[in-house]
Formats: sequence, C-alpha cells, structure tokens
Amino acid sequence: MDAAGIAFQILQSVFVVLAAPALLGWVNQCRAWLQNRKGPGILRPYFLLWRLFHKEAVVAHNASALFRATPYVLFGCMWLAAGIVPVLATDLPFAFAADIIALVGIFALARVFISLAAMDIGTAFGGIGARREMLIGFLAEPAMLMTLFTAAFLSGSTALTTIVETLAHREFAIHPGLACAAVAFLMVLLAENARIPVDNPTTHLELTMIHEALILEYSARHLALVEWAAAIKLFAYMTIGIALFVPWGIAEGSDWLGLPLAVAAAAAKLALAGAGLAVLETVSAKFRVFRAPEFLSTAFLLAVLGMLVHFLTDV
Amino acid sequence: MTEQWVNLAATILLIIAFAMLSQRRVLSLVRLFAWQGLVLSVSTAMVAYSTGQSHLWISAALTLGLKVIVLPIVLHSLIVRLNVRWDVEPLINVPTTMLAGIGLVIFAFALATPISQLAGTVTRSTLGIALASVLLSFLMMIVRRKAVPQVIGFLAMENGLFFAATSATYGMPLVVELGIALDVLVGTFVFGIFFFHIRETFDSLDIRHMEKLKED
Amino acid sequence: MNLASFPSAEAAVGIGLAWLALGAFSLLESERARFVARGVFPLSALVSFALAALALRTLGDPADTLTLPLGLPDLPFHVRLDGLSAFFLCLLGVCSFGITLYASDYFRSESVQKLRLLSLQYHWFLASMTFVLLADDAYMFMVAWEAMALSSYFLVVTEHRQGTIRRAAFIYLLIAHIGALSILLCFGVLHEAGVEAYSFDALRQAQLTPFWASVAFLLALVGFGAKAGMMPLHVWLPDAHPAAPSPVSALMSGVMLKTAIYGLVRVVFDLIGSPMWQWGLLVAGMGATTALFGILYALQQNDLKRLLAYSSVENIGIILVGLGLAMIFFGSGHPEAGALGLIGAFYHCLNHGAYKSLLFLGAGTVLRSTGMRNLNEMGGLIHRMPQVAGYFLVGSLAISALPPLNGFVSEWLMLQTALQAGQLDNGVLRSLVPLLAAMLALAAALTARCFVKAFGIAFLGQPRGVVSEHAHGHGEEDASLFERLGMAWLAVWCLVLGVFPSTVVGLLNQVSLSVAGAGLPPSALEAGVLWLVPSTQARASYGPIVFLLVIAVVVLITYVTVRVCFHGRLRRAPPWDCGFPEQTARMQDSSEGFGQSIRVIFAPIFRIAQRVPNPEDAQPKFELRVEDKHWHGFYLPIARAVEYLSARIGKLQQGRISTYLLYSFVTLIALLVFVR
Repeated sequence: MDAAGIAFQILQSVFVVLAAPALLGWVNQCRAWLQNRKGPGILRPYFLLWRLFHKEAVVAHNASALFRATPYVLFGCMWLAAGIVPVLATDLPFAFAADIIALVGIFALARVFISLAAMDIGTAFGGIGARREMLIGFLAEPAMLMTLFTAAFLSGSTALTTIVETLAHREFAIHPGLACAAVAFLMVLLAENARIPVDNPTTHLELTMIHEALILEYSARHLALVEWAAAIKLFAYMTIGIALFVPWGIAEGSDWLGLPLAVAAAAAKLALAGAGLAVLETVSAKFRVFRAPEFLSTAFLLAVLGMLVHFLTDV
Repeated sequence: MTEQWVNLAATILLIIAFAMLSQRRVLSLVRLFAWQGLVLSVSTAMVAYSTGQSHLWISAALTLGLKVIVLPIVLHSLIVRLNVRWDVEPLINVPTTMLAGIGLVIFAFALATPISQLAGTVTRSTLGIALASVLLSFLMMIVRRKAVPQVIGFLAMENGLFFAATSATYGMPLVVELGIALDVLVGTFVFGIFFFHIRETFDSLDIRHMEKLKED
Repeated sequence: MNLASFPSAEAAVGIGLAWLALGAFSLLESERARFVARGVFPLSALVSFALAALALRTLGDPADTLTLPLGLPDLPFHVRLDGLSAFFLCLLGVCSFGITLYASDYFRSESVQKLRLLSLQYHWFLASMTFVLLADDAYMFMVAWEAMALSSYFLVVTEHRQGTIRRAAFIYLLIAHIGALSILLCFGVLHEAGVEAYSFDALRQAQLTPFWASVAFLLALVGFGAKAGMMPLHVWLPDAHPAAPSPVSALMSGVMLKTAIYGLVRVVFDLIGSPMWQWGLLVAGMGATTALFGILYALQQNDLKRLLAYSSVENIGIILVGLGLAMIFFGSGHPEAGALGLIGAFYHCLNHGAYKSLLFLGAGTVLRSTGMRNLNEMGGLIHRMPQVAGYFLVGSLAISALPPLNGFVSEWLMLQTALQAGQLDNGVLRSLVPLLAAMLALAAALTARCFVKAFGIAFLGQPRGVVSEHAHGHGEEDASLFERLGMAWLAVWCLVLGVFPSTVVGLLNQVSLSVAGAGLPPSALEAGVLWLVPSTQARASYGPIVFLLVIAVVVLITYVTVRVCFHGRLRRAPPWDCGFPEQTARMQDSSEGFGQSIRVIFAPIFRIAQRVPNPEDAQPKFELRVEDKHWHGFYLPIARAVEYLSARIGKLQQGRISTYLLYSFVTLIALLVFVR
C-alpha cells in the first residue's frame, strides 16, 4: 500500500462520486431524445442536488435519529462501493477490503437502512415501499451472487481487481457462461436500481413505485444525499458490469500515463451503457410488482445456467 | 474460435429450451421453436465451415428450410385453423419445473462429460447441452396438457438429438438425416390430421380427455 | 506458569461444580429474593467469565484428560478438554455471561419461591451444558445430556399454569427423548464388540465398515438434529423457546442448540473420524432446506419471540450447510477447503450465540416492560425504549449478515468455501455446491427482510392501537442497568467478531486442526489482522476494519461538509399525508402485510387459512392463520399410526391373570425353542 496507490484510490473514489450524477443526467437525456423531447441536459442532476442542499429540511415530528442518520450511512456505503470497483485502475489498496461478496453486502446494508428509515415515520407509503424494496432485494441478491460466482470461477478469485486483471489480460474469447451471466446481471441491475421494467424512476404513482415510496418523507439535504447515493449506486452497478464483461482499456496498476486513456475508455463505455439503458427503458413497459419475482427468478436461472455451462465448456 | 461460437450457440439453445418450458402462449412457442431451428442451423453451418465436412452444409440448409421455415408455417396455419391461437396454457408450478430442469441439466452434464472426452470433435463440450436439451424437451412434453405444445416439445426433442449428433460425431450419415427430416415432416402432417380428429371428438385439444378412452 | 501442567480440565470441572453449588445455594437461601437475584446471578456471571477466559486460554493446547472419582463403580466419568470442547465452552461462557447479567435484573420481580426454583434450574442447566461439552465417555455424555434436557424442560414450564406452555414443553421433552435414544443407539453402533469401555477413546479406535459408519452417522444426525432443530425435527423449537422466560430462551437458542452441533462434530469428525462426501451432501442439503424453511416461517410470525425461534431454526440450517460443505471437501480429499467450511460453521455458531441471545434479551425487555409480544400491537418503541432499540438494531443488522458486523463474516466464509467447488472432481458435486451457496444467499437476504420487519414494526413507526397506549400505565421503562450491561456485552461481541475476524479465524483454525487434523493454508494466516483471507489475498480478502473506517470517515466528512457549506436548518412538521388527513396509526403496514408477498411466492410450503371479509360485512374482519405444514404432513400421521398400533396392542390387555400367565408361558416356550 504505497502513496501512489492511495492517491489513485482517492482520485478514483472522488471521480466516481462526482461523475455519478452526470451518468444519471446522460441516461435521462438519452431517454428524452428517444422520446422526441428536448431533454433537461446532462448537468441537470447537479443543479437539483445544489438546490436541495440549500433548502430547509422538513422532518416529521416522530422521526427518530435513525431517519436522520440513514442518508449519511447510505452515502458512506455507496462511496465505499465506488472506491472498490475498478473503474480507472486495478491497483486499488481499498479493494482488498471487500471482494464481490462484500460488495453485495454493502448494497444490502444500504438497502436495509433505507427500508428501516422508510418505516420510521409510520405512514402507509413507507411501509409498502420498504416491503417492496426488500422483496426486490431478496430476489436480486442470490441472482447477483450467482452471476458473480460465474466470473469468480472463471478467474479463480472473488477480488474484483483480480477478476478484472485476469479477464482483461487474456486473449479475446467468448465464454458462453459469462454471456449468460451478463444477461442475468443486466436484469439484476434494472431491478436493483429501480429502473423500468421493475420500477419507474420518474413516477409518483402510488401503486407502481418502489424507490419513490421509500424516500417520500425525505427532503432537502437528506433527499439530496439519498438521490446522490442512488446515482452512485447506478454508476457502481454499471462499472461492475463493465469490469466483469468488458474490462479492456483499464489502466494497469497505478499507471499515471495510462490514466487519460483509462478515463476516456471508462467514459466511452459508460456513455454507451447509459444510452443502452435509455433504449431499454424506452422500448419496455413497466410491469406489475407481482411479476418482479418472475423477472428476477429468470435472472437467477440464467445465472445458474451460466455457471453450469461454464463448468461444462471451460473446465 | 469456432468452438467458442458453437459453445455460445449451444448455450442459446439451452436457454431457448428453458424458455419453451416456461412459455405459456402457443404462438410464442412456435416462434421459439423457429429460433431454436435457426440457432441449430447456424451452429451446424459453423461446424461445416470449420471442419470442411460438406454434408453438414446440406444438413444446415435442411434444418433451415424445414425447421425454420416449413414446420413453423405448418404449425402456424394449424394453430390458426384449429383456432387455438390465443390458447394460454395454465402452467402450474413453473418454479418447480425450472428446478427440475436445473436438476436435469446437472444430470445431463455429469453424464456427458465422460462421453465427450472420448469424442474427438471440436464440438464435444456441447454434447452435455444437447443431451440436456433433449431431456428438457422431454420434460416439456410431460408437463404440457395441450396437444400442440406437446408436438412442439417432440419436435424440439428432435432438434436436441440432431444437435447431439453434430457435436459427438459431426452429424449422422446424410441418408439418415434426410430420412429423419422426411419423417419429421410427415409426422407433423399426421399430427395435424390427428389434431382435427381429437378436436372433433372432444371439442378441445386438452389431452386429459384422452383419459376417457381407456376401458373401465 | 507452565502451560502443560496447568490443570485446565480440573478447572473446567470446578466451574461446572461451582454452578451446581450456586444452584443448590439459592434453594437453601429461602428468605431474600433480592439476594438471589442480586447475589447469586452476578456471582454466576463471574463464573461464566472465568469459564470463557479459561476456555480461550486452552483453545490451542493439547487435550487435557481427567478421570473423576464419580459415577458407577468400575464406570467412572471421563473428562477431556480439547480444542473443540474449549471452543464450545468459550461460546457458553461468553453468551452466558451476558445472559446471566441480564437475568439478575430481569428476574427481580419474581416471587421468592419461583425465583429459588428458577435459579436452581438455571444454574443446573448451565452446569449440565458444561459437562456435556467436557464428557469423554458415552456414559457421562448421556447423563449430562439428559440433565440438560430435563433442566431446560423445567425452565420452559416456568409458567406452568398456561396449557399451551405445558403442551409446548411436553413436545419438547418428547422430541428430546427421541433424539437421546437415537444418540444412544449411535454410541452403541460406534462401540466395537468385545471392548468393555464406552469411553470416547475406545469409540475412536473402533474400526467400522462404511455401512456401519453411515448408520452411526445417520443416527447421530437424527439425534443431534432433533436437539438442534433440524427440519423436520424442529417443531418443538418455535413452541418451547418463546414459552420460556426470555433469558432462558436466549440461553436455549444461543447456547443449547450449539451443544447439538458440538455433538455432531464430535461424532462425525472425531469419533468416526473420516466423513464421507455423501454424508456431507445430505447434511448440507438438510441444512439448506432447514435454513430456507426456517426463515420463510419466521417471516410469517407475529409473535416476536416465535419469530426469533424460527430464525434460530434457520441459523442452525446455515451451520449445517457449513458442516456439510466441510464434510464434502474432507470426504473428497480437499482438507484445506474442508477446514474453511468447518471454520465457517464454528464462526457461525459463535455469531449466532451472540446475536440471537442479544435479540431474545431485547424482546425480553419489551415483554417485561410493555407486556407485548405480538408485533401487531407494537410500534414506535424506539422513542420510549431507545436503549433496547439500539441493541436490537445491532442484533438485527448482525443476524441479517450485513457487513461489518459478525453475521456477514461467517456467511462470507461459507460462500468462499462453496467457491472452492472448482477443485472437486465429481461433476454433480461441483454443480451442486454453488447451488447450496445460492440457497444460503437467498436465506441471508430473506433474513434481512425478516429483521427489517421485526425491527421496523416493533420499534419504528407509530404505536399501533389502544394496547400500546395503555402500556404507559404498565410501568413502561427502558432497560435497567444490568439488563443494559448484559445486552451491551453481547452487542460488543457482535461488533468485535465482525471487525477482527482474522484473529478469531486464527483461533478457530487451531480448533479445526485439533478436531479434523487440517487447517487453513499458511498463506491464509499470514495476511495480518487487517485482512481476512481464506487462501491467498489475490483469491479473496475482506477487511472489515478498512471497511468500517472508510464508511465512518465518509459519513463524518459528508456530515461536516453539508453542515459547513450549507446549513443545518431543520423544521419539524407532520408527516406528509398525501392529501388525506385522516391518517391513523392503524394504516401502517402490519406484520402480516410484511409477510404477504412471501406468502404468495412461496405459497405451496405454507398451510394457510385465510378469511377475507366481504364488502357487505357489517363488521369486516380479516383472519389469517399460517401453520407449519410439518404438523399435518409429518407428525400427525405418525401420531395416528402410533395410536392405531397402541390400540391394537391394547387388545392384549385382558385384565385376566390367566391370560397374562399364558403370555409368559408362550414366551418361555418360544425362548426355549430359539435358544436351545
């Protein structure tokens, strides 16, 4: 753990945290274009955050300390996740703190906290949001782990940095198992980040919402932190997907010369992924909450098949 | 490289087999069946290209013509004329079926691994998937109650067998393949005639009615 | 002090005797209830502490044996303190320290008579558990095992005036005895013909054919599984644990279930010696089903203590998965991966001891001060009992396997074990082991949901209905000093076990070495305190300290930045009512509501009786009963069969002496024919 490594580590974390709202803005912008609208611009989320931070926080009378602490915990969890996933370089000293299983654990921690905070006020919405969030969570988590297991079996490691190094340094090869895992991962990503078809990030209709129901009682700086954390989560999921399935172009170790290339590669891949997400969200319709189990068990099935196929064809 | 592409095709076949297992709509089943034929034909063509086995080209073309174009059209028109286009089959217990499917896949893979090590083909690792497709189609025939999906399951099973032959020994002799293709074609027509008879007798294609035929 | 000569076995026996003495003493001391609560229990806590310290100190030492001058003539008790015993004694000491401290306050309002009996049974329970863990011959083991069952039975029927509790305790006793019978038979099978002694040493030396070894293993699995609460032998557990007073529930769930795990490990890894992978597959499969069923049923419970009891079933399942994985890997010749699984299982025993005891104690304080155990009556307790809420939150987060608390570590270790599946040669096994891991992950995620439900409905939100308001007059108060101390001790362990896993794994590695003769690879142990590493750091590592530090620092920086750069203005207002001002606390999500989606998705495994009201009903009432299918599918048929058989056998009873004489006569003739 040398100074350069730590500098790289901090640089990457800050980069991710600062760039995350831009990704969200980009997805929204792409979606607007696809729907023949002008769009709010990529920088819109930053203005939103800025405005929220300036507002006076309104908190319910019976809110407990847990309610007020949760946005900070959420933000801390996501920051840690952002520091672990190799986005720019693979030599990250913090990365040893959490492998892919622990990464799933971080997201679970954040999920439990936001669900508890939603139940804290005691309104009907909070409860239903928490219930749905945990429903998505318990179905998505095993599917996510199985996708990650396929990558772990392929590279013989659960450390993300090692996986990326192994996968990026090999000659190009098609791994059918990994392809299955990639599709499963995409489905988990949609569910976990409250995107269409599982949840609609732009709606406040009570019967359909999950994420919005959870955060209904938050305002001002708390809401800003929660939304920012959600943006980082989307960013982190996308970068995990990129790291597992298209790792090429990442900087080796802490290589300052490779940094501009790495930034460019990361930006390009993320832009593509964001546009892809926008296309997916435009062409599909949100389905009822009751169908989420079917959706996610399909993801689980795909992930398991991917792992089995991997055992058959690659060993 | 071909091996990897064929593996990918095999994986897609496996996923299509699972999709057929859980698909409720008859028309979507036909569409999935056509996709399965297409993937099969493409993978056969790839094997033909890389190994230079010329008879594989013919069987790829045969698959394309018969299983992607003719049979789906026949099935489609059958469905339209039988007026079962909007038939939605009440599938009970999809998760259990899926779990059984995963069990079958594990079984098939374990069974195929020692055999495929004996085979010298580039496609040997797909033998397990081919076997799994056969078993999954069999499972599909077991859990279905309507006649048309059962026939599709039967045809899908034939697809799996064909794929197994390609992966183990680069396909069967051409004569055999042609014979099977003819059999399948004729079989489908025979099935079609049967469908009409069944429906005339029972006013439904639900094969549970057949249980009444037994002697009491 | 010379380590080798330290009489550790003597000291451990002394601790057991001290508990016996304390129990007897509280029976003698007749007048002052206060003295029993405030004198005997803290003293007993000190004894627990001494036990924990002693066990921790002897964890890596070679086994220390002792023959007691007790027992039958020519059949003395043998005592042995080795790594495995020391580990479980340590678990006993650590958990019982916190629980006993708590108990000294919890029981203070009981009447003198009741308290004296309670104290006697409580301490004899502790002592019998100590002797179970120390026993080195089948005879002493069975005596201590039965003593444990009986003393816990009497603790369960403390409130013996309630019929349901008597019934729960009876079922407990029944299944405990079926289990004990099975264990006895297991020792019989292990015992080699011709050898007199039933000491564990003799059993170890016995040479068994694979068939008889499998028979012994199955008997042990049934016997210890019945005690541990393995499906389908778990039915006593969700009835008996909530029936007991809360500290006793904590002791039973947190510690007593682990003695069954101890027994299973002792028989399989030590006495039989070489596990076969088929056994492992069976154990892991049973474990995964138990875990899944346990947590699904836990999610359907409205009674907080019953929910916790079902969650204990789940945790036992997880431990069994770990053991099963260890057996699979040992059985197929991968001792390093096997050791990892074994360590994961041990770690989970320790974790479950800490957090489940903590949760039961929290539920106990809620019950004592509000009289509520139904989740649908609770709500908003965090405002009235912030201390208990805090401890309960720690326990909930820990049991939900969330980093950086302890539940996550054992979960992680087991998943890492499952990831070693690539080494296995058997294709079926290689495919099944990751699926077990998936079931483990599913169970963990469901646990998170279950405890979001438990904590969210009990402690968060608004008080539900009249009952909660009424509870004000019930003398509601937060936990008292000793209760807090007890819970704090356990909560600290949840944190310590979560943050310093590599130290704990180092110790558990010695246990694994002593019981199974294999440990982790040396590269795993060299990584230092910061990192937990199963084999090499490139493969996998987890650093909870860094983890915790990063989150803490970020939270701090964010907080300060937000406050400095912007402002800290805060306005309190009523919650947003969505334009409908008539919101009441009864509109909150209920306990049944939280389990609804699970009920729908996993409907086939529940036995659901639901009555949905009509729109025309004058007094609409929603009724829902979710029952364990095992009662109707497994136990009632057996009970019916037994009744049928006994009715048939009952016909032999004629009441006439000449008939009985005829029976004896026929038996005599038959014997003479056969023995001839």
